[in-house]
Amino acid sequence: MKGAIVVNTDRCKGCELCIVACPKDVIALAQKKVNVHGYPYVESAVPESCIGCAACAMVCPDGCITVYRKKVEE
Amino acid sequence: MANNIISPENLVYKKPALMNDTTMHYCPGCSHGVVHKLVAEVIEEMGMSDKAVGVCPVGCAVFAYRYLDIDWQEAPHGRAPAVATGIKRLWPDRLVFTYQGDGDLACIGTAETIHALNRGENIPIIFINNAIYGMTGGQMAPTTLIGQKTATCPYGRDPELHGYNLNITELASHLKGTCFVTRQSVDSVASINKAKRAIRKAFEASMQGKGSSLVEIVSTCNSGWKLTPVKANEWMRENMFPEYEKGDLKDTTGL
Repeated sequence: MKGAIVVNTDRCKGCELCIVACPKDVIALAQKKVNVHGYPYVESAVPESCIGCAACAMVCPDGCITVYRKKVEE
Repeated sequence: MANNIISPENLVYKKPALMNDTTMHYCPGCSHGVVHKLVAEVIEEMGMSDKAVGVCPVGCAVFAYRYLDIDWQEAPHGRAPAVATGIKRLWPDRLVFTYQGDGDLACIGTAETIHALNRGENIPIIFINNAIYGMTGGQMAPTTLIGQKTATCPYGRDPELHGYNLNITELASHLKGTCFVTRQSVDSVASINKAKRAIRKAFEASMQGKGSSLVEIVSTCNSGWKLTPVKANEWMRENMFPEYEKGDLKDTTGL
């Protein structure tokens, strides 16, 4: 299984709940960047580890994360 | 690699369609957002998008009507169950629910809440309990834990001076009009799934005319508690859960 997330960075408030929820440590705060509201935001820092479990998106209070998952033949 | 995964047929999870693109005014990490999403998902799954009427409280969730594209009615402080009673009696085919915080439901609106639940009105009440008055700046609420520090009890809540914390969900479970009384949280994926099932059950029970239901969501208020969102979740697990124990307190719905 391979996954990918898309973060709506303008909606993200950088609360870091998704970082804690991610079982594969894929997500991290974007370094030295803020969005239009002045909040730091998260990004997929290690996208190749993502399994598309959607834990990050479920705990996200602002509904910023869209999750995709695909079966990949190794 | 990532580019061919990101396509509509591989979609697993996205923001519910009923939740619009307005940026929410809630603080970073606030539990309100998660519960809003759950309410939107449940209404979508029940196919009630055109027939749902929410009643907003006064408190942080006062602007809930900005974020979910269903019908809403703003109620005076604490009076959401009374307003919802009127709407539901006029429109029994609508899914009428209230969404209230602890200051609204357990303090100023205690009478309305208890009586609406006791009359067995077919309304589900979603009760966000974060043990503090969040919007007004973190004052002591009826649900504030013994020993908990807030702006108006800076040395911790003292039962001799401030009285004991009010466990309104426990109270509601003893009322004859209620059919489903439960306490949930939204701090992890498992608990979010459970909370969603509870909200679904409460909504279904109201549409089948089984009586009133109360779904308490034990929540965080990281700004009021002066903790980071992650630390606030830990504080909630350590301090809130022993006092506000999770689980179904009453379930006579048969659903």
